Amino acid sequence: MSIYVDEKTRVVVQGITGRDGSFHAAQMAEYGTKVVAGVTPGKGGQKVHGIPVFDTVAAAVEATGADASVIYVPARFAADALFEAADAGIKLAVCISEGLPTLDVLRAYHYYRARGLRFIGPNCPGIISPGKAKLGIMPGHIHRPGGVGLVSRSGTLTYEVVWSLTAAGLGQSTCMGIGGDPVIGTNFMDALAAFEADPETVGVVMIGEIGGTDEEEAAEFIQKNLTKPVVSFIAGRTAPKGKRMGHAGAIIAGGKGTAQSKIEALTAAGVPVADLPSQLPGLLKERLG
Amino acid sequence: MKIHEYQAKELFRKFGIPTSKGVMVTDPGRAPEAAAEVGYPCVVKAQVHVGGRGKAGGVKLAKNEEELKRHAGAILGMDIKGLVVERVLVDEAVDIARELYLGVILDRASKYPVFMVSAAGGVDIEEVAAKTPEKILMLPVDPAVGFWPHHGRRLAGFLSEDPGIQKQLADFLEKLYRLFIATDASLAEINPCVITSDGRATAIDAKINFDDNALFRQPDVEAMRDLSAEDPLELKAKDAGLSYVKLSGDVGCIVNGAGLAMTTMDLIKHFGSEPANFLDVGGSSDPAKVLVAMEIVTADPDVRAILLNIFGGITRCDDIAAGLLAALKKRPLEIPLVVRLTGTNEDRGRAMLAEAGITAGVNLDEAVQKAVAAAREGR
Repeated sequence: MSIYVDEKTRVVVQGITGRDGSFHAAQMAEYGTKVVAGVTPGKGGQKVHGIPVFDTVAAAVEATGADASVIYVPARFAADALFEAADAGIKLAVCISEGLPTLDVLRAYHYYRARGLRFIGPNCPGIISPGKAKLGIMPGHIHRPGGVGLVSRSGTLTYEVVWSLTAAGLGQSTCMGIGGDPVIGTNFMDALAAFEADPETVGVVMIGEIGGTDEEEAAEFIQKNLTKPVVSFIAGRTAPKGKRMGHAGAIIAGGKGTAQSKIEALTAAGVPVADLPSQLPGLLKERLG
Repeated sequence: MKIHEYQAKELFRKFGIPTSKGVMVTDPGRAPEAAAEVGYPCVVKAQVHVGGRGKAGGVKLAKNEEELKRHAGAILGMDIKGLVVERVLVDEAVDIARELYLGVILDRASKYPVFMVSAAGGVDIEEVAAKTPEKILMLPVDPAVGFWPHHGRRLAGFLSEDPGIQKQLADFLEKLYRLFIATDASLAEINPCVITSDGRATAIDAKINFDDNALFRQPDVEAMRDLSAEDPLELKAKDAGLSYVKLSGDVGCIVNGAGLAMTTMDLIKHFGSEPANFLDVGGSSDPAKVLVAMEIVTADPDVRAILLNIFGGITRCDDIAAGLLAALKKRPLEIPLVVRLTGTNEDRGRAMLAEAGITAGVNLDEAVQKAVAAAREGR
């Protein structure tokens, strides 16, 4: 088991003829992901790395039975791609593209939720269930199949932590980056609930950062709903107020979103917060016994 | 993106929102001309992207031309929290009966545009929210549905009991919502919106922030950007596709990815020093970005050592190495450099650096400790 994606997931790549889309379609297929179709308007009938390209997601779904999508289109077309995927019957869309207008993401959020669909991102590295499927841009080789679930707002920091888990002999059930934007399709609580329900997952690593109050809400959720151990790291203890730290969502505004507030909330909920990412495997091992 | 009050008021007028009369000037000699349009008494208001200008002496009432010239002369060029005032707004002094707070934000928690209104205007709204939350009404509006008359009635009814004023406010708020959506704003705040002694609702202050991600479809908004109000190094970084924030420490850092960049700063502090900056070279693999990043970090005179921290995913270590070598060739470093390089194509990247006599580490904690020690020696 794993969450959201596995060896049965049939993937369509939106923006497959672009530079990133084409490169990562090949990488995902090489990892063993069932990449069954690509979509680029006006390029239907072509093939990219042997993968058939369609003009619309609807045509791709009809011809190939794709049920998940990965979006690599430029920011100004990405919200359109999200809505198109939902309308075509895609159950899970992973939006790698960054720079989407917040108002569009917010609209997509409610559109997907109202229909019982899910998207991850935007502005995220994607999701991987090691040994089964990779929908995103993370380096596949640093992962190992196992029982640790990982959810993070970051990209490269996630790789850093995955690598240290793997080096410590802790394989992963599913690792997902939920994105650095202020509004995202899938949040910590969604991922935590899914990891709790997944029989293969034995413990969870949650990586947060400054901005918003998702970590505080997740802390409350963990206390109420999780039986599996959770360990955490929060980036941005030294970040100044009122300055956006790279991610659109990483900003301490109106006194809200400090690392301190998140660390306090998690600690109060019984979730240990590491001072250094390198401490995470040890903290988790202690709790897994 | 932020704009000045006078620009926000121009936008208000465009959307039909009642606003106090005002004229922006950059030269104290032109202030009387402005006052001729708005009349006396008038208010001289510093236009800077920072709060608390009133307390800093950046807002003054002028009853006549002599006072106006004196205040405009004093405020233009004034330093408010590190920002030099280059523009003032000569604004109509309105006869105030009541002050209200009206705001709309894109709310991260509820994921809706949310109205925040209060009859306790003219004061710090965060303080009102903390001490007397019952004095604030928050009302989400689903953008798929839009603003309807019942939204206006609910909000206006909370603010006033007078049917005439309620009607004005409902209209005011509907237009504010229209402006908010049409311009991709992330925050629109009127503090205060006043009810004049003759019963008119008028905005006498205005603040609007916009979603940077939406500027590609908002050329009119982008055109209002005041480049002089922004940090030149942060602008240079942005032009090159990097994000950079200057901090006060002496260990410079260049990192790929925002989360890892913040973590690198935190580790610098954890191991006993202070970061000089946040710098994310982004996810792509472009040697030119490393070159610009090196230029920006070395331009900071406080930096005593530089840490380059890369975990390659999309970013390829050999591209990073090529960028670093190009930067060093262009301008040799006079301060210590610590490199941590791992991930995609790390063998190739590390070999390229070794040829140039640079040893690249793999372990993050070790690299940070090394950089902290090097900066300490350089002090």
